[in-house]
Order: sequence, then structure tokens, then C-alpha cells
Amino acid sequence: MADNNPYPGENNTGHIWDDNIRELDNPVPGWWMIAFWASIIFFFGYGVLYPMYPIGQKPTQGVLGWTQIKEYQEGLDEVMAVRAEFENQLKEMTAQEILANPGLADYTEASVRVLFGDNCAPCHGGGGQGGPGYPVLADDDWLFGGTVETIQQTITMGRKGIMTAHGKILSDAEADKLVDAIVAGDPQSDPNFLQKGCIACHGMDGKGMQMLGSANLTDGIYRFVPGEGQSIKDSVKQTILHGVNDVTDPQTREAVMPSFGDRLSKDEIKKLAVFVYKFGGGQ
Amino acid sequence: MSAEQKSPQQSAIDELYDEAEHWNLNTGEETIHAKRMGGTWRKIKWLSASVWILLFIVPYLRIGDRQAILFDIPNRQFHILNMTILPQDFWMLSLLLLFFALLLAVSTALVGRVYCGYFCFQTVWTDVFTWLDEKLEGTPPKRRKLDKAKLDFTKFRIKFTKHFIWLLISVLTGISFVAWFYDAYDLWSDIFSLQAGSTAYGTIALFTAGTYVLAGYMREQACFWLCPYARIQGVMVDNTTLVPTYDFKRGEPRGRIVKGQSEDERTTGDCVDCKQCIAVCPTGVDIRHGQQEGCITCGLCIDACDLVMEKIDRPKGLIRYESLDVLEGGENRPLFKRPRVWVYGLIMSVALAGIGYGLSTLDALELKVIHARQPLFVLLSTGSIQNKYTLKVLNKMTKDVPVTITATGPEGLILVDADGIIAKHGKVTPRTVFLRVPKSNLKGENTPIIFQVEGEMSGEVFMGTRMSVFIGPKY
Repeated sequence: MADNNPYPGENNTGHIWDDNIRELDNPVPGWWMIAFWASIIFFFGYGVLYPMYPIGQKPTQGVLGWTQIKEYQEGLDEVMAVRAEFENQLKEMTAQEILANPGLADYTEASVRVLFGDNCAPCHGGGGQGGPGYPVLADDDWLFGGTVETIQQTITMGRKGIMTAHGKILSDAEADKLVDAIVAGDPQSDPNFLQKGCIACHGMDGKGMQMLGSANLTDGIYRFVPGEGQSIKDSVKQTILHGVNDVTDPQTREAVMPSFGDRLSKDEIKKLAVFVYKFGGGQ
Repeated sequence: MSAEQKSPQQSAIDELYDEAEHWNLNTGEETIHAKRMGGTWRKIKWLSASVWILLFIVPYLRIGDRQAILFDIPNRQFHILNMTILPQDFWMLSLLLLFFALLLAVSTALVGRVYCGYFCFQTVWTDVFTWLDEKLEGTPPKRRKLDKAKLDFTKFRIKFTKHFIWLLISVLTGISFVAWFYDAYDLWSDIFSLQAGSTAYGTIALFTAGTYVLAGYMREQACFWLCPYARIQGVMVDNTTLVPTYDFKRGEPRGRIVKGQSEDERTTGDCVDCKQCIAVCPTGVDIRHGQQEGCITCGLCIDACDLVMEKIDRPKGLIRYESLDVLEGGENRPLFKRPRVWVYGLIMSVALAGIGYGLSTLDALELKVIHARQPLFVLLSTGSIQNKYTLKVLNKMTKDVPVTITATGPEGLILVDADGIIAKHGKVTPRTVFLRVPKSNLKGENTPIIFQVEGEMSGEVFMGTRMSVFIGPKY
């Protein structure tokens, strides 16, 4: 700081550096002061109108009574109001009736897509294309039936496949022969199909029984797709030898679909059934 | 020398010099009152300006029960004569814009700012407004006097009439513009029954204010300070471009005619410094300084100079359309040595060809096919492969039409769920369909498929086709 101010009469504060850099004591510009006071007024005004001061257990609530969750709810209500017209109609209708009405079926498909994505797509894929170990929903090969009512029932109750392991009653060579017959699409050609009791569940013709959820063995569509490095024959043989959900066999196939009856409402399940049906395999 | 002794030629020259002091360069501080005189370019200017009459009359032409040209924005369709253009065809607009952008470029390369001088709405409307000035208030000196005069009844009457007519033209301009987007006959009745809607009133108000202010007050200032094209075009001019040019070799050194001096004794150039070229210039520039930002190349100075040259028996064309190359004694480069011109031309013809192709293939029924991606295909229990498609049928006709969809592809192809589609008019109707092909009939992973849509309206059959693909397993 210089003792003798070399720049008198220019209202500097006396802080001078490098001989000529001075700190001046100029007033703040008018526009800046206006903005400054306006911000202070805004601050208090905001505190009156909106939740703000953390006093006590809860902050002050503001005279407008605004909350974030209320604003969210209002937005949601707006969407729901638009949907209500359709949703009210759907309530009264069966899944079959919805399918018969093109406009409502389109609405159902569009509105339930998110629900399918949340609940079904992790296993069955976004387009019902299935996944390793999980069935395809877009084809017409249904273990438990492909009518929209059955699909509805499947979603509500869940499904669990059962097949005992046959490793103990079939030699390796016998199993290979049986696999060959099945992959050729003609399981009956192997006498073991009858003798080892396959027909009990898969039927005389090997086309499966939807009451039991047993697979059609003649159409070349397999519930369990071959794993890494496996051929179709390896995969079929694994299923025959170790069964499905057979607790006595540690190498058994797992095939459980959980029940959604507790998680989703009846209407939601009805809409999902329509959605799944429209993948292209509904019957 | 007394007035009686003057030759007619001499008195005409004296008149020119008498008024020469009025003509000053435009510095933006004073209203320019340009002198109006006839001539070749003046006539051409009126002719080119008359193109804008279309703005006022075309909206009233009709084809059948609708406007011949209507840009119907609320319904997302443009009607141009017999064609209906939907948002799906809008790629053509980009080609149209490309065409006009290059038209501006190529015309500027050839003949300078010809758009500014002869066609631009700013120039044309200003020209009409100043024509009214002349008719109502008289010649430029009178106008200047009137501007300075105190407001009395006569001044008020003249000014009121002028501004009233200006406003009338402005309002008519606004309404005519809106009429391209709004049924013109309905527009008039809606305007007066107060039912035209805020967009229509707002646009009319905007155009009224714009016309009144830009053509009435801003005038050449808009060209100087507002218009980007004025600047862009300025840099597109080159040495070979034909622009109004003052022949300085012939004109300089300029000098006033000395009384009694014979032509042989003259030491000055052809320019007699009468400033008539500045007098007539609507932007108030002095062309003798060469090409400059203010010159809109309207050619009015050529008319003025020719008239003077005629009076004093010197050859015409002291100011004329000429390129800088020729003026400096060179020759004009032939067109094939000006790649700018023909490259622009080439791109323009490509754009035109694209628009021509687009317009000739505008179908009344259009089909779009989207193949489902998840899953690409599924195997059915019958041994067939199934693919899922979303069809989008666009119907550009005026009525809903039941359509039949067919698909051709490999043997044994079955189309499912494609029955009973009714294509809604002016809209896209979506439908999910399935194709099934026996696996044994598929030759490879991808098989081409052709979808066709067919509909009938008033006895005429309309068709649309679309290629797609059928996807099967790899093995």
C-alpha cells in the first residue's frame, strides 16, 4: 500500500500494485443492484409459497401446499383419465372379447407393453422370442395350450413341468436310439417309446398332452434349446436321462414359471394374455 | 446568356445541374426520395414485379370443391393442383430448397443481384409504395418540401390518404399470404365474422406491420442492414458477372459541360457529373464508385444515364450491364471455363430430377413394411417358418378405402391376418400380419418378399408395392 496516493481524486481505495493497478471504489451498477434485491425478495417469496425452512420435524410447508409427489400424481391422473375410457370397457370384457375388437386389442397391446417388459421380458424376451432355457411365446407350440384363456391361467397360476429322469431305466445305447427317433420326428418308430412308458405322458403318437403340459415330440420344436457346444441330439438326450424338475437327479432340467396371480391384478393379467396371444402363436 | 437564347439542349443541361445539388449519397439519415423516370429497365422492372400479382390471385383459383393450391397445415397436407402431398413426401421439399438456393447462386454468378433488383418483395413493395409517394405527393423536391412543411389541412389530407393506401396494401398482403394456408373464401368470411382464429389474425397482423414498416419506412435500409442475402450474394459475384457498371475509362475525368466549348476542345470524359444516376437510385448509391453493397443491380441508373447521353448527343451506355473483365479490356471467359456456373447447374438438375421422380411416383396408396426384429422368425409346429410384419397403409385419397394385401415370395407362402383392412383417408393405417413359408421351401436365410396393396375408389384401381424380406434359420 502506498502512503502517498499517486492517483488522487479518482476514489481509489489506496490499494495499488505494480505502480499502476488500483482498486477503485465504484458503486455497483444499478441493474446489478435491482437483480440483487429482486433475488432477495424472490428468496422470501419462495419460502412463503413453497416448502423450505427446516424448522422442527418437518420443514415449513408453504401456503400453496405444493409437493413433488402431488405434482407426480397429477401427471399420472392426467394419463389415467385418458386411459379410463378404454380401461372401463376392458373391465367388463373377457380376453376373447378384447381380441375380437380390433381397436381395443390395439389399445391393449400398446398399453400393456411396459408391464410385459417389467414382468415377462427378462425370461421370454421383449418380442416373446424366448431365451436359453425359457420358452418362445411367439410360436404356436404350446406346452399347456395356446388359447387366450389358457395363457391367462398360465400367467395367474404359474407352471411347473414334470418329467422323471430316465437315466436309470435306459442304457446309453437305448437312449441314443430313442433320441434318433425323436429328432427324426417319429418317436413311435422306436419300441422303447412304448415300452419305457413315454406314451403315458407324450401320448401314443408322441404329440404331447396339453392337460399335462407334456411336449410335442414330433414337430421339431424343443422346449430346451441346445446349450453351449451341444447338438440338438445331446440336448434331447440330456432331457431324457435327467428329466425335468426331478428332485432325485441333480442334473435335471429346471422349468418353473412363477405365479403372477399375487403380483398383478386380474385386469393386468387379462391384458398380458391378449398381448402374448398377439405375438402370433395364439390359438 | 438570356433564356431566349438557350438551345433546347443547353436548357435541358442547365435543368440537370440545377437539381444536381439535391442528389446526395445515402448515409441513412435522410429518407431517400428517388426520382422516377421511364426507360427500358424501368419497363422490365414492372414486368418482373408483376409476378407478385400471383400472390394475390392464386388462392382464389379452385379445382373441384377445393382450393387449387392450399398448404393445409392443420391437416398436414399440401394440395398443389391435382396432387396431394403428405408429410411422407416432404423429402422433396429439401430438394426444392436446394434448387432455389442454387438458382440464387447461379443467377448471381451470371447476372449479379438480379433477384434483389427485379423480384425481391422488399424491392417490389417499396417500388409500389414510392410510386404512390410520387402520385400523391409529387416529385422528390415537392416531397422534401412537404416533409419539412408544417402540418396543415392539405398536408394532413395528403399524408392520411397515403398512409391509408399503404395500410390497405399491407393488410391485403397479409390476408393474401394467409389465404395460401386457409381456404381463401372462408378466410374472408371468417375474418369479418371474427372466427378466423388467433394464428390467422396474428399472421395477418405480422404481415401488415411488416409490409407497412419495411416498405413504407425501412426501404433500402432493410437491404443495407437487415437482409442476409444482400451480403451472401455480394460475395457470389466475380469478374465475369454482368452487373450495372460505370465505364470509368470513358467517363473519367468527369466534368461539367463548359458553356460554349465545342466537343473537340473537351478535355473531360463523357460523364457530365449531372448526378442523375444517384437521383434515380432507390438505395441512393453512386454507381460511379463501382459495385458496392448498396447496389441492388436494378438498372435504373442505366436508364437515367442513357437519357442524359441522348440529350447531349454522346453515345449511350456510359453505365451499362458489363463484367469487370470486359471493362478492363479483357474478354469474357466462355461458359465452359466457368465451373461454378455449370457445377451449380448440374446440382440444380439433379435436384429437379429428384423432384420429378418424386412427383411422378406419388401414389394414391402407399405401403410401408416393417419387419419385426424380435424374434426375426419362429418355427411353427407345422414345420413352417413364421415372420411378423407391421404394414402401414397410407391412403392419400379423399375417402376410406377397403384394401386387399397380397404377398408374393417362395412357394407355399401364406399371408395371415391381412383381411378386412380399411385404409383411412389422409392417414396411415397400421396392421400386424404374419407370413408363413414351409421351411423346406426356403433357399437361404433371407428371401425377398413383395407386398402389394390394392384398393378401389370410384371405379379406379390404385396399387402400391413394397419390397421386404423373409428371414429363416441358418441351418
